[in-house]
Formats: sequence, C-alpha cells, structure tokens
Amino acid sequence: MSPAREHAVELLRQMVLVRRFEEKCAELYGLGKIRGFLHLYVGEEAVAAGVLAALGPDDNVLATYREHGQALLRGVPPGAVMAEMFGRANGCSRGRGGSMHLFDVERRFHGGHAIVGGGLPVAVGLALADTHLGRAGVTACFFGDGATAEGEFHESLNLAALWRLPVLFVCENNLYAMGTALERHQAVPDLAAKPPTYGIPTERVDGMDVLAVEDAARRAVERMRATPGPAFLEVRTYRFRAHSMYDAELYRDKAEVKRWAEERDPIRLLDDDLRRRGWLDADARAALERGVEQLVRDAVAEAEAGPLEPVEDLERDVLA
Amino acid sequence: MTRLTYREAVRGALRQILASDPRAFLLGEDVGKYGGAYAVSKGLLAELGPAKVRDTPLCESTFVGAGIGAAIGGARPIVEVMTVNFSLLALDQIVNNAATLRHMSGGQVAVPLVVRMATGAGRQLAAQHSHSLENWYAHVPGVKVVAPATPQDARDLLLAAYADPNPVFVFEHVLSYPLEGEVDETSGAAPLGRAIVRRAGTQLTIVAWGGSLPKALAAAEALAAEGVDAAVIDLRTLRPLDLEAIGASVRATRRLLVVDEGWKTGSLAGEIVAQVVETVFFDLDAPPARVCSREVPIPYAAHLEAAALPSVERIVAAGRGVVRG
Ligand SMILES: Cc1ncc(C[n+]2csc(CCOP(=O)(O)OP(=O)(O)O)c2C)c(N)n1
Ligand SMILES: [Mg+2]
Repeated sequence: MSPAREHAVELLRQMVLVRRFEEKCAELYGLGKIRGFLHLYVGEEAVAAGVLAALGPDDNVLATYREHGQALLRGVPPGAVMAEMFGRANGCSRGRGGSMHLFDVERRFHGGHAIVGGGLPVAVGLALADTHLGRAGVTACFFGDGATAEGEFHESLNLAALWRLPVLFVCENNLYAMGTALERHQAVPDLAAKPPTYGIPTERVDGMDVLAVEDAARRAVERMRATPGPAFLEVRTYRFRAHSMYDAELYRDKAEVKRWAEERDPIRLLDDDLRRRGWLDADARAALERGVEQLVRDAVAEAEAGPLEPVEDLERDVLA
Repeated sequence: MTRLTYREAVRGALRQILASDPRAFLLGEDVGKYGGAYAVSKGLLAELGPAKVRDTPLCESTFVGAGIGAAIGGARPIVEVMTVNFSLLALDQIVNNAATLRHMSGGQVAVPLVVRMATGAGRQLAAQHSHSLENWYAHVPGVKVVAPATPQDARDLLLAAYADPNPVFVFEHVLSYPLEGEVDETSGAAPLGRAIVRRAGTQLTIVAWGGSLPKALAAAEALAAEGVDAAVIDLRTLRPLDLEAIGASVRATRRLLVVDEGWKTGSLAGEIVAQVVETVFFDLDAPPARVCSREVPIPYAAHLEAAALPSVERIVAAGRGVVRG
C-alpha cells in the first residue's frame, strides 16, 4: 500500500471508530448506562480526524464538551473514555468528569470544557507556557461557532496574536449554537472574516472532506512552526444528531438534516473516494468495520467491569 | 531586618521569585511599564525584562485563563489583577477552571497558580473600586486564599503561595501598601492555613485579617484602657480557615468578635462564627459579635465611606458589648 493510500484508509478507520463509538453511546444512554449531558459529534468526525492528523505528541489539544472524537483520536483508550461515561474509577477522569470532561494529560489532551468559550484562554496559556519554556509545541483549540460570540473568543485571539503564541484556533462551524442558527447569533456570519482583523492567518475549509481538513491543518501548523503566532481554521461542518440527548430539534428542518446526512456525510464521502480510486475493496472495508466494532465492544466491557470509586474518596483531588 | 513598606515587601518577594525560577513570570494589566496600578511591580520590567514581566491588554478573563493554562503547561505564572472588583470578569476562569480542573480530571491537571489582587476601601474610590469580596473566593473548594496584613507576611505569604502546588489567591488591602515594618528579607515561606496571635488577651478574642488588622489592634488598645483585655488573632489564610487557633483562643477568652470588611450577609465573619458555635459553643459566655461593612455599595463621600466600613470605634463598641453585655 502506498503511504497516501494507507493514510487515507487510516483516516476512514478513525472516523468510523468515532461514529460507531458514539452510536453505541446513544444506545447506552437509552439504557441509562450513560447519564448527564451527552453531545454527539456524528457528522463532524472529519474535523477532529483531519486536524489531529497534523499534530505531533508534543502538541497540546483542548476541546469542548463535544469531544469524544478528539479524545479517541488523540489516543485516549476507548475503554477509558467509555468508563468515564459510566462514571467508573477506571474512567479517564476517574468518573469526575463524564462525557463533557475527558482528560488525558499524558497525551496532552487537556479536556473537555463545558463553559462555552472558557477553554480558549486556557489554550492561549498552554501556548504561553510552551513559548516561555522554549518548547516547540503548538496548541490546537477546538470550539464551536457559538463560542465566537463570547468575549473570551475575541480576547484570546487578540492576546495570542499580540504575543505571537502558537495556538491553532479550530472553529467547528456546524451552523448552530444549540438551537440558534449562525445568522441568528452573528451580525457578520462570515466567521473567517473575524480573525484577520486580529492579524491571524485564516483559512476556511470544507469540514466534510477529511483530507482537505488535514491539508489545511498541516499548512497552518507548518506556518506556526516556522513563524511564531496563531492560526485560525474555520471548518464548515454539520451536526447530524440533536445538540444533546435532550434536544427536540424544533429549530431546524428535518429535510435540512436529511440533506446533509445524505449528501455530505464525511465517512460516506471518503468511502466513495476510496472506492473510486480502488484503494479499499469490500472485504477490506468489512474488516475495518469489524475491527472497529471489536474495539467498541471491548470498550463497553471495560466500562462495565470498571470499579466504582469508593465514596470515602469523594474529596480526593480537590487540592494537591 | 530592613524597614520596608508592605508594597516593597511584596516587590522583594516578587523579585526573588522571578529572578530565581526560570519558569516564573508576572503578568497583568500595567504591571510593566506603568509599574503596577499600586506601584507594587515598579522597576521589575527594567530589571528582569519583558519575558518575566508581561503587560497584558484589558481582558481579565483571558489573562487569568492564560495564567491557568500556563500553569497547567508547566510555567509558574503570577497573575496580578488590579483589584478584586475587576476580578469578577475572571470569575468564570477562577471558579470553573482554576478551582475545578484538578478534580474534574481525576487528579491529572495541576494548576500551580498565584493570583494577587488589591482589595478593600478607604481611598474614596466609590463602589466599583472598593469592595472586599475575599469571601467569594474563600467559598470555593480547590483554591487557597491568603490576606497578609503585615509587611513581613506580605513577603512570607507570597512566597508560600508561590511554593504551593494549588491555585492561591492573595488579597492585598489597598491601605496596607504604605504600611511600614521590619522585614527579614532572608525569611522563607510562612505556613499556609495558620493564623497568628498578634496580641495576647484574656477576656475577648478579636479575629481580623488584612486591612482590618490595624483597626483591630487599635481597638484592642482602646479596650485595654477601659479595662477590657482583648486578644487579636490575625487569620492570614482565609481558606483553609485555622479553626484550631480560633477555637483555642475562644476557649480561653470565652468571647468572640470578628471584624470583616465584607458585607455581613453571607460573610466570612458569619462562617467563622458558625464554625465556632458548632465546635466550642459551650465554652462561650456571650453571643459572638461581628463588625462588618454596612449593607451598601461603598460610597464616595468621605464621611459616608467611613460610616460604611468597620472602624476602631465600632470595634471598640462591639467588644465592650460582648464583654460587658
Ligand atoms: C458560557 C455558557 N453559556 C451557555 C452554555 C449552554 N450551552 C452549551 S452548548 C451551547 C451551544 C454552543 O454552540 P457552539 O459553540 O456552536 O458549539 P456546538 O454545540 O455547536 O458544537 C450552549 C448555549 C454553556 N455551556 N456555557
Ligand atoms: Mg455550533
């Protein structure tokens, strides 16, 4: 297999992993095994897969409450992610965070943040630490279109640009902030028009095309490594599922969702592409699916078998 | 020992930290070229350079959040927020990130951060520059809070805050900055969470901290002239509270008066009284009392501002009331 072919198949496998993992989460939510807020990334997988493919182990990643994809693709073991959602002690946050707060500091995965916009300043700080300590890493910070209305978005862009900090701002523009459509929350809905006003190199990319996302992320990261300073990607995507499990989806047309899911599914687009190129035959595709299903099954088993944190340990890890 | 102002003592500790630890830097609004809104960091930019003393734009939420992120990333930032009033713009970062990330990540994320801010009234700066909101921070698990009252403590508690692996909030009262005292500039960090007896006494325990300590000590002198022998405890750390020291003194004096520049409703003074009542109730000879700020946004006019704040006279009157009934 050529490296390009191998890599494309791997990106497909990653997106399928996130998709199947989350489909299982939705099922387990229905069974009451997972509780709390659960925000699915279905439809948006190419954003995490493409951006994370451009990063190395010394780079930092920080994401939102819709971060199962980023966590899994950054290498947090699926069993640890699932166990976290089950509230078990073998969860990646010891059952203290749940779906919205996955952490794995060893892999420089700095969480799942559920205050919209609140992660951006922290990402700026991670990049500040790298700069101050003379380390080469960049920090990728994922956030939604809704976050661009928050003050911290503007403050963080300004500070990162002013201090030339290596933050890759990744705006996952899925056209909605909960039930509020982009043009109902932005006076200027062209999100890519904003970062250049802070002097930040910006690119808009089709978030349903994983290879295009990866290319754009690589360009941005290369530029950041050569010339210190932030970069911005507006990644156009769409959420195929409800905002969270509680959302009745009164704010958008079923036909609109159907159109995106049928015409722009990032997994189907890559599948078609690989088939056209003759890079993935039906048998290999089925084997990929089976491999992913096995991983998800194992993750659920690991979560089911995980111990509950003893209540006597309730107050641990509040202070060092 | 050197005679220093409180301001100089803070500056000395900052200089020592910034010069000795390559991971350390100071950031905040006007900490560099301007020299600090209260002139605390004056000269440090010229001395230590722009990587160590960083002037930020006006964006409390983001520069405090960046301090949190930098601490997570292995640097050791000291953040200055001009005053506690402006820190409210950063409350989200402080409460939802600094205080929670360690627990919410199952113990993985460390936030060794120091945030210093000026607090308190007395300079006729009116309601948006005069509040004492230390109790808001002391309410939150996952942080420590100190309020040094003396030049020596301004140094030693800042060193302690820096040495501590947790987010520590340091409250410096605006009236404390010009206070002078003998300072041992070779001293190390003071222990966090430990109050200190500033004046021994047998009939009444007055608990105070930060900018209220000088008033409490003056009141104790005045009470002594009336024949009331009051002890004064300087709390120093507001979270965790040193209930042991307070309890020991109250058991000995059998009476308690707490001075708190915050508003009485929901105050730290209320918390201290509650904890004393819960633990040493049967040692009390009289109901505890509190002298707090009046329930009003701190006003501008000098006589109104003075009337709103705890004063030596009010402390004396309250102390007399607790002892004499
Ligand atoms: C500060 C804050 N305000 C409100 C919310 C409630 N909330 C959670 S997600 C969300 C919408 C965010 O939209 P966007 O940033 O576009 O992200 P998406 O969910 O589309 O990925 C809102 C309003 C919150 N979590 N934090
Ligand atoms: Mg959105």
